[in-house]
Amino acid sequence: MSGYWSGILTILSINIIMAYAIFLPVATGQLNLGGAGFQAVGAYGAAFLSSKYGLSVWETIPFAMALTALVSFLIAFPLLRTKGVYLVLATFAFAEVVGGAILNSTMLGGPMGLSVPAFVEYQVPVLGALLVTIFIFYLMATRFGLVMRAAHDDDVVTDLMGVNVRGIRVAAFTIGGALAGLAGALYAHSFSFVEIQGFNASLSIYVLLYVLLGGTQTAWGPLAGALFFTMLPEALRVALPALKGWMGLAMGFQGARTAPDESWRFVILGILTVLMMMFRSEGLITRVMVEKLRFRHHAVRLARVDAPA
Amino acid sequence: MLLEVTGLHVRYGRTHAVKAVDLHVAEGEIVTVLGANGAGKTSLLRALHGAVKPAGGSIRFAGDDLTAQSSAERVTRGMMLVPEGRQIFVSMSVHENLLMGAYLRRDGDWARDLKSVYDRFPNLAERRDMPASVLSGGEQQMLAIGRALVSRPRLVMLDEPSLGLSPLFVNNLFNLIKELNRDGISILLVEQNTAMALEVASRGYVLELGSLVLEGGADALAGNAALAEAYLGDHAAKPEPDAA
Repeated sequence: MSGYWSGILTILSINIIMAYAIFLPVATGQLNLGGAGFQAVGAYGAAFLSSKYGLSVWETIPFAMALTALVSFLIAFPLLRTKGVYLVLATFAFAEVVGGAILNSTMLGGPMGLSVPAFVEYQVPVLGALLVTIFIFYLMATRFGLVMRAAHDDDVVTDLMGVNVRGIRVAAFTIGGALAGLAGALYAHSFSFVEIQGFNASLSIYVLLYVLLGGTQTAWGPLAGALFFTMLPEALRVALPALKGWMGLAMGFQGARTAPDESWRFVILGILTVLMMMFRSEGLITRVMVEKLRFRHHAVRLARVDAPA
Repeated sequence: MLLEVTGLHVRYGRTHAVKAVDLHVAEGEIVTVLGANGAGKTSLLRALHGAVKPAGGSIRFAGDDLTAQSSAERVTRGMMLVPEGRQIFVSMSVHENLLMGAYLRRDGDWARDLKSVYDRFPNLAERRDMPASVLSGGEQQMLAIGRALVSRPRLVMLDEPSLGLSPLFVNNLFNLIKELNRDGISILLVEQNTAMALEVASRGYVLELGSLVLEGGADALAGNAALAEAYLGDHAAKPEPDAA
């Protein structure tokens, strides 16, 4: 496999894991705009153990997950007291605090970053993404998944049914934290280097976009969102020069043409994002859509029920 | 006595929403609480199911003091509220909505109660895997009631169940309430539809500005012209001076 494709697969896998990390709190009705902060905790946790103590990835990855889960658990209590846009700002502020702390820490390399001796091939993040995906699909099919969705729909009535809504939200936030820690650790070991500039606000925004635009109602949504938004810029990398060529031909332009500027990919990405929000605000993959595909045979059964005997 | 409320006060900041309310529901009874908008009916229910902490007074259920207990504890013991406005979980299927009602059931019998809900409401059984959002208003009310029944309640508290339903469906609803009562479930019915509520209930209480102003047998209340005039007529729903 070429370096290009193994790189893409690595990034895609890490993005899928991050999407699920953010999906869990979102599925309980809590928007998390601090993804980069949680990922940075995991990445630096793994990088530090690897560079300072020479531990293997089988030790650094569980540690990074546990550390990020613990941090998430502890901040979940004050954080989840806030609601709506204030929660979004609070999670965002958390990521800024993490970034600032790491930037000013000489132990963690400050602005110079840390190099990570233990290296993993692309198969490891791919396996990680696969396991996380299976885990999330399983989780959403359990009682816990049902209650998470109920809390998302209506927390007052969920509480009425005797559910400890706060406990459910803290749990979802903590498990999400562990996944963000996993994504961070895989990032550190895949790229052999971490610097805090890589864990910036636009990463937090993109990861939240994967979830919101992919769809928050089912476990398919974050997967679709991460796939779409990771692969689209790559597809545009190929399609954009061709597009410019056709446009030029159509307008009768002859002769050599320069390649279009890279940044046009992101303009198109932005336009697609706005269109998605306008025409499919509940996300690419909705619950009704999944049910329709899954229960196609069920419609037949219903028709039999309605038919006179 | 199944439910016994003594000297209950509910305050939100400086607003005194429920003032020294005494009421009780005996096992097997249908009791209604009447009153205009803003009379404190919903605040009373919120205190009863544990969403707000009462500022004073006590709530006893089947002999135990539940005043300081959580909602979960109350549900486990058999109190269940059907909230106002048919608040169902819209992104979930009919079946999943019903499962939520069984959340605290630890005994093995909940599946049988679920089946009996489907038997009672065949419309819900037919739409088992459909999103609850596609149900009609009346079916959504059935779902909210069915969800409460899956918790195997001894007392069902209904908050304005007839609100926004068609007249035909309101009739069905009140028949259903009588039917549930015949099956042994005690009912606390909070309503603005005075005539219908007094028809199914054996006793009633009238709330005004947070205080009980009248109580008695349903027949006596129904015949009380002063009641209709003073507290329950249309003009009573107009804005009144706040209780604060």
